[in-house]
Amino acid sequence: MSFGRMHRKEDARFIRGRGTYVDDVRLPGMLHGAVLRSPHAHARIVSVDVSAAEAHPKVRAVITGQTLAGLNLAWMPTLSNDVQAVLATDKVRFQGQEVAFVVAEDRYAARDALELIEVEYEPLDAVVDARTALAPGAPLIRDDLEGKADNHIFDWEAGDRDRTAAIFEEAEVTVAQDMLYPRVHPAPLETCGAVADFDKVTGKLTVWCPTQAPHAHRTLYAMVAGLPEHKIRVISPDIGGGFGGKVGIYPGYVCAIVGSIVTGRPVKWMEDRSENLMSTAFARDYHMRGEVAATRDGRVRAIRVKVLADHGAFNGTAQPTKFPAGFFHVFTGSYDLESAHCEVSGVYTNKAPGGVAYACSFRVTEAVYLVERMMDVLAAELGVDPAELRMRNLLRPDQFPYTSPTGWEYDSGDYPKALRLAMDMAGYDKLRAEQAGKRARGELMGIGVSFFTEAVGAGPRKHMDILGLGMADGAELRVHPTGKAVLRVSCQSQGQGHETTFAQIVGHELGIPADDVEVVHGDTDQTPFGLGTYGSRSTPVSGAAAAIVARKVRDRAKLVAAAMLEASPDDLEWGDGRWSVVGDPSSGRSLAEIALAAHSNLELPEGVEGHLDAVTVYNPPNLTYPFGAYICAVDVDPGTGQVKVRRFVAVDDCGVRINPTIVEGQIHGGLADGIGMALMQVMAFDEDGNHLGASFMDYLLPTSMECPSWELGETVSPSPFHPIGAKGVGESATVGSPAAVVNAVVDALAPYGVRHADMPLTPANVWRTVNGDPFRTDLAIP
Amino acid sequence: MQVPATFAYERADSVPHALELLERYGPEARVVAGGHSLIPMMKLRLAQPEALIDINGLAAELGRIAVEGDELAIGAMVRHAELLESATATGLFPIFQDAERVIADPIVRNRGTVGGSLCQGDPSEDLSAVFAALRATAVVQGPGGTRTVPIRRFHQGPYETAVAPNELLIELRVPVVPGAGSAYEKVERRVGDWPVAAAGAVLRVEGGVIAQAGIGLTAVGAGHFCAPEAEAHLVGRPPGEEAFARAGRIAAEHCEPHADQRGPADYKRHLAAELTRRALAGAAGRI
Repeated sequence: MSFGRMHRKEDARFIRGRGTYVDDVRLPGMLHGAVLRSPHAHARIVSVDVSAAEAHPKVRAVITGQTLAGLNLAWMPTLSNDVQAVLATDKVRFQGQEVAFVVAEDRYAARDALELIEVEYEPLDAVVDARTALAPGAPLIRDDLEGKADNHIFDWEAGDRDRTAAIFEEAEVTVAQDMLYPRVHPAPLETCGAVADFDKVTGKLTVWCPTQAPHAHRTLYAMVAGLPEHKIRVISPDIGGGFGGKVGIYPGYVCAIVGSIVTGRPVKWMEDRSENLMSTAFARDYHMRGEVAATRDGRVRAIRVKVLADHGAFNGTAQPTKFPAGFFHVFTGSYDLESAHCEVSGVYTNKAPGGVAYACSFRVTEAVYLVERMMDVLAAELGVDPAELRMRNLLRPDQFPYTSPTGWEYDSGDYPKALRLAMDMAGYDKLRAEQAGKRARGELMGIGVSFFTEAVGAGPRKHMDILGLGMADGAELRVHPTGKAVLRVSCQSQGQGHETTFAQIVGHELGIPADDVEVVHGDTDQTPFGLGTYGSRSTPVSGAAAAIVARKVRDRAKLVAAAMLEASPDDLEWGDGRWSVVGDPSSGRSLAEIALAAHSNLELPEGVEGHLDAVTVYNPPNLTYPFGAYICAVDVDPGTGQVKVRRFVAVDDCGVRINPTIVEGQIHGGLADGIGMALMQVMAFDEDGNHLGASFMDYLLPTSMECPSWELGETVSPSPFHPIGAKGVGESATVGSPAAVVNAVVDALAPYGVRHADMPLTPANVWRTVNGDPFRTDLAIP
Repeated sequence: MQVPATFAYERADSVPHALELLERYGPEARVVAGGHSLIPMMKLRLAQPEALIDINGLAAELGRIAVEGDELAIGAMVRHAELLESATATGLFPIFQDAERVIADPIVRNRGTVGGSLCQGDPSEDLSAVFAALRATAVVQGPGGTRTVPIRRFHQGPYETAVAPNELLIELRVPVVPGAGSAYEKVERRVGDWPVAAAGAVLRVEGGVIAQAGIGLTAVGAGHFCAPEAEAHLVGRPPGEEAFARAGRIAAEHCEPHADQRGPADYKRHLAAELTRRALAGAAGRI
C-alpha cells in the first residue's frame, strides 16, 4: 500500500506488444505524409516545382513553403523567442531542413512522390564551426530577421564577475582547460510523428503525437494557428522514449495538421531514423573554457567559465524562457566556493535547431561535465588524488539549505557521506593500488570520479515559465463509490513508469493499493493543464500534485468519516489507511467505506458537497537537488586506443524513493547514456555542413556489451520542499556519468601527460591523444 | 519508416532457376540472401534494383559446410551463425570463430550469409579478409556452368566483384592446411560496428621456419584484402615477435586507408600494423 518495489503496471502491455504508439493509430480514410528535406546545409531556394508530384495518381496534396505562407504558417515561433521555418521559403539553413510535404494514399507513394519534386538551389557557404560563426565575413544565416547582420544570438552571464576576477588575481593556483561537449542526439527508439485529424463538421482538431508536453502543444497550436483551444485535443499515446527530444513542436506536426485541413482526411506522418537524427532536437554542442582558482592545499575558491553555444540555424532550445543557457549556471557543482562567474554566447550555425535534450536537466549535464573535468585538471596540477580533492571541497551537511554563488538554493544532502559510500563500494584504495601495479608494468588503467548536483523540478512560477506559461502542474483525483481511484495528471510518461509511481503516491496517501489507482495522462481532453515531462520534473511537480490532491481527498474523507461516526473531526486520527476515533481503532473506516458513504444518503457535514473528488494545482516552492557520487574504472589498450569500462559504481541520492526498481532502471539507462556519450556518440559535420551521423551505422548507441554490471548504492536526503521528500531521478545518471568515464580514461592516459581529451573517446581519438595529436571530434576527421 | 522504391520480387527454388531469373530480369536485378546490407540500402534508396531474386529457398542446396578432399567447402548460403557454430570450420580454422563472433550481432548473424557478405563487396567486410588470408577459392555458376575464382581476384573494387550479373556465387573452398594456426583481430567503435580496421592471419611452420603465411586485412585499403609483401617477408623466417612486428609494418606500408568518422588514415595504418602483428602472434600460438 505504500512505497517500495512493485512491477510497473505498464509492463503488462509493453511486454506483450500491446502498447499503442502513434504509428499504431490507424483511422478510416487516413492519408500518409512525407517530408522533402534539403540536401544542402545552406542554399537559396530558386524554385520549387511540384507539378510532377501533384500528377502522381496517389498524391492528394503537395504543400510547400509558399502554400504555408498563404496561411501565415510558413514560420512558427520557437520556445526561445525566435522563429523557425515550417517549410522553407527563402533559404534552407541546415541539411535535412523541411522544404515540402506530400500527402498521399500510402507511405510508399508519398515517399515516391518526393522524388518528383524539383527544387533548384543556389548553394551558399555554410557556417559549420561555431568558433568561426562570429568571424568577420562569416556567411549570414538569418537574413530573414530584420536588421540581423551577424550570427550572434545572445550573451548571457551569471555570478559575480568582479569578485571572481579578484580571486583569480590573488589565487595561489589557477588552471584552465578548453573542452567541448559535442553535439549528440537522444535518439529515442520511437522517432517523432503525428496523426492529425481535423473534423470539418465540428471544427475539432485531434492530434496524436508523442509529445512530452501535450498541454503546452495544445496551447501553442491555438496561439500559432489561431484555432480555438477548446477545439484542439492533443493525445500523446505510449511514447518510445523522449529524453527531451519530444518537447517542441516540429514542422512535420504542423504539416500533418495542414495536410488534414487541406484534404479533409486524417494524415499520418512518421519520421524515419535519418530524419530524426538530422532534424530533431540535438543536445549539448557547448564549447567551454573552464578556469579554477584554488589554494595550494587544494581548496577551490572560484570557478570562471566561458561558453560558446552552438544553437543551430534557429534558436529553438526548450527551456524556461528566462534562461537562454538553461540551468548551466549551476556549474559550481557540489562545492563550497567563494565566487563564480559564467558568460555564455549563443550563435547560429547551419545545423539543426535544438540544444536542450538527451536528459540534460536544462544544461546541468554540461555544467556537471565542466566542473567535474575541471576538478580533475586541478587535481592533476596539484598532484592530489581526485577523490580527496573533492572531499576537501564538498559542501558540508550543515550548510544546507545552501545558496550557491550563482543564486541556487540547494535543498538537502550529505555529500561527503555519498562520496565515502561510493569509494567504499568501489574499494577505491585497492583500485588505486592495482592501478599503480599496472602502470609499473606499462598497462593503462584509469579511475574516474564524478560528483554531481542537479537542479530539477522546474519550477517556481515566479521564476520560471515557457513562453509565459507558468511551470505549475494540475492534478485531479476521483474516488469512485467503491473506493477505487482515478488520478489525472498533466505530465506524460515516455517510459518513466508514471502509471505505477503516481498510483503508489496516491495509494500511500490514501491507504489503498496502487493497483486500485488508475493514472490517466497524455490526453488534453481528459487531464488538467500542466507543462509536461522533462527536466526530471514529473515527480517533483506532478508527483507533488498527486500527493497534495490525495491529501485533499483524505481531508474530505475525514469530514465524511466524522459524520459516519457521529464524532467531531477533531477527534479523528488517520492510521493504517483508516479514519478512526482517537483511542478506538475498532471505529476505523477505510477509504472505500467512506467513499461509499460520501455517495450515499448520509447527511453530509457543512462544507462537503458530496463525493470525495478533489483538484489541485501544485506550484513548486523551489527546485529539488538530486546528487550522486560516481566512480568508474576503465582499461585502455595502448596499442589500439580501445577503452573497456570495467566497473561503474553509482551512489544516487534522489530523496525518498517511491519505487526503487523504477529508480534503478532510470539510473541504469542514464549510465548507459554516459558510456555512449563518453565513448562513441557525436554528430559531426563536414565543411559543407553535411551531417556525418545520420544513421545508426554512424551514430552509435551503446549496447549491453559496452556496459559493465552496474553497482548501485544510495543515500536518502528527503527534500524539505517536496510533500513526500522526493527529488526526481530521470536525468541524474545521464548528467553525472559522462564525466566519470572521461575522467577515468584521462586518468588512464596520465602516464602520457594527458590532462584532457574531448568526447567521444573513440579508439582513434584515444590513440591520437596518446600521440599528442588529437583531432576535433565535432568536425570531419581529416 | 524508410520505404524502398517499387521493385519486382521473385523467389528462386534452385540454382538453375535463380540463374534463369537473373537472365530474365537482366543487370538491374539483384540477388537477395540475408538482405542485411541490400535492404537497408534500398530503404535509404541508395540502391533501387528493379527486381529482387530471393535465393533463401536455396539455403539447403547452398548451405553445406563439409571437408571434401583437401578442401573445406562452405556454401554461399551458410548463415554467419552457422559458420560460427560449425565445429568443422572453426576446428580447422579458429579464424572463423574469431571473425564471426564480432560480425554484427546475433540477429544479423542468424540471417546474413557468407556469400552475401562477399558479394556485397563492402571494403570494410570482415570475411573478405578472412578468406583472403586463407587463400580460398570462390565457385561461381553462370549460364555456361561453373568456374572458379581465386578469392584474391574476387574483389575488383569497392562493391565490385568477379560475379557477373547473370552469375551466382555458389561456394567457397578453403585449402585445408594441416598444422596451420589462424586468428583474427578487429578494432570496432562498438560491438556490432563495422571494423575501424581488422586483420586475419594464417601460419604454418615447418622445421622452425614459417612455411606458409596468409594475411588478410579489411577497412584499410589493402589491395584484394591481402598483404603479399608481408607474407613474403615471413616465409622462411622463424616465427616470433620481431618477424611479426616487421610483417605488420610492411603490411601497413602497402595499405591505402582513407579517413572517415571511424578514424584518420594514420590511425588505420597503425592498426593495420598492430592488428597484423597481433593476429600473427595469435595464429602462431594456435599451431
